[in-house]
Amino acid sequence: MKKIITKNENETKKLGERLAKGFGNGETVAFEGDLGAGKTTLIKGIAKGFGIQRNITSPTFVLMKVYDTDSHGLRTDGHGSRITRLVHVDAYRIGDGQELIDIGIGEYLDDEKTVVVIEWAEKVREILPSDTVWIKMKHGRKENERVIMIDK
Amino acid sequence: MLILAIETSCDETAAAVVKYDRGCFDIKSNIIASQVEIHSKYGGIVPEVAARQHVKNIIPVVDEAMSKFKPEDIDAVAVVNGPGLITSLFVGVEAAKTLSLAWNKPLISINHLEAHIYSVLIKQENKKTIPRQSSGQGKQTFEFPALALIVSGGHTQLVLMKGHGKYEIVGETRDDAAGEAFDKVAKLLGLGYPGGPVVSAYAEKSSTSKIELPRPMIRSKDFDFSFSGLKTAVLYETRDQLKAGFANPAFKDKYIAEVCYEFQQAVIDVLTAKTIKAAKKFGAKTVILAGGVSANKELRGQMADAVKKEIPSSVFCLPSPGLSTDNAAMVGMAGVFHYLDKDFTKIEDLKVDPNLGLE
Repeated sequence: MKKIITKNENETKKLGERLAKGFGNGETVAFEGDLGAGKTTLIKGIAKGFGIQRNITSPTFVLMKVYDTDSHGLRTDGHGSRITRLVHVDAYRIGDGQELIDIGIGEYLDDEKTVVVIEWAEKVREILPSDTVWIKMKHGRKENERVIMIDK
Repeated sequence: MLILAIETSCDETAAAVVKYDRGCFDIKSNIIASQVEIHSKYGGIVPEVAARQHVKNIIPVVDEAMSKFKPEDIDAVAVVNGPGLITSLFVGVEAAKTLSLAWNKPLISINHLEAHIYSVLIKQENKKTIPRQSSGQGKQTFEFPALALIVSGGHTQLVLMKGHGKYEIVGETRDDAAGEAFDKVAKLLGLGYPGGPVVSAYAEKSSTSKIELPRPMIRSKDFDFSFSGLKTAVLYETRDQLKAGFANPAFKDKYIAEVCYEFQQAVIDVLTAKTIKAAKKFGAKTVILAGGVSANKELRGQMADAVKKEIPSSVFCLPSPGLSTDNAAMVGMAGVFHYLDKDFTKIEDLKVDPNLGLE
């Protein structure tokens, strides 16, 4: 478990960019944290790290948004696979994992070229792969400070 | 002309039949799964997000919409093919393709946001320029350029329209949609779901607020929005008070009312300021407010006042009651203009696109 404290939104975003550089094998990244804990901010950073130019907007209403990544400049693994897609899922409005299966998340979870980031992931724990990266976020002592715990 | 319209882009399974005759619209049926009486022969209709619910709902909903019509009465089938949730979109699009093929009727693909814009085509607030029509029937056209603010749980966009089918997105949210901010603030305050009606009901109990919240991006040079930080500002403003509890229920009610009042006003201030600024810049002759949040009474009133005061020559348009949130009637209305342009899509060319853009 790695614990990181960011002092402001910008630092949280930068951390996301650095995290993205470390992903290359279809990771599933599960986010836990209350409203306003900075989950979307960190994910915006991850998207930027993948070279996604499009603005990352909240998927709460529509449950899932799929982005093509700019795979150039990313490290490749031994088989030459690269991350070509970022899938941003939000389980906020969802009752259980089956509902995510119903909207077709399985295909993305299994794809080694797709990184899936899931907000409110604790609600759908049962469907996530065993090697899911868990990121817990909470408010720090100061107003814009965030405490981020990463469990790989 | 009669158009059967289908909408399944997110939660709602919806179908409608819209009539168009010499410039007049008439909504003949407008069925949304959550409103349908439970039909025992179909084993009930339950509104849920999952695509399998759309699969269960789609046939009864289309049947209900078509109850007074025969397939041969219909001139075209219109369907939303994006943006939205891919698996939900598939259900509507596959149903529309099948009906188009089986009935040998042309197929029209509609953008969900475009449909929201056309949802205002029945009635207009400015009664001086357009005579008020009986509900469900109206003669309409936009004066271009038109500027539309589409604001809902999933979208917050300013769209410039230079003609039918000619769209340019001039501003949009960079994070959360305005409607989502209402939902999440309601959640923070423990008020339940959906947040829009409950937050505005509390806001009505107050006429002022000692609490001050930011108006995010109100002075930025562009026409973009940001509501994620406003939600966090509400959290910072209220968490100590909420944690400490309230000495008596009356004080709690007053406090919640003040927070809701200030939050709602912050959202309205930003939406209004950006819309007016864009309308002035692009010389909009029509200002359109559409999407689920357009049902918010304060927003409607304040936007109408701002248009009247700042750009008095522009006409302000709102959706008729029941057409603010997702529905298929608006899809049919947008479909009419595609039909008039003979803008049809071949069955084999119609694809769903969860990220479908307007431009």
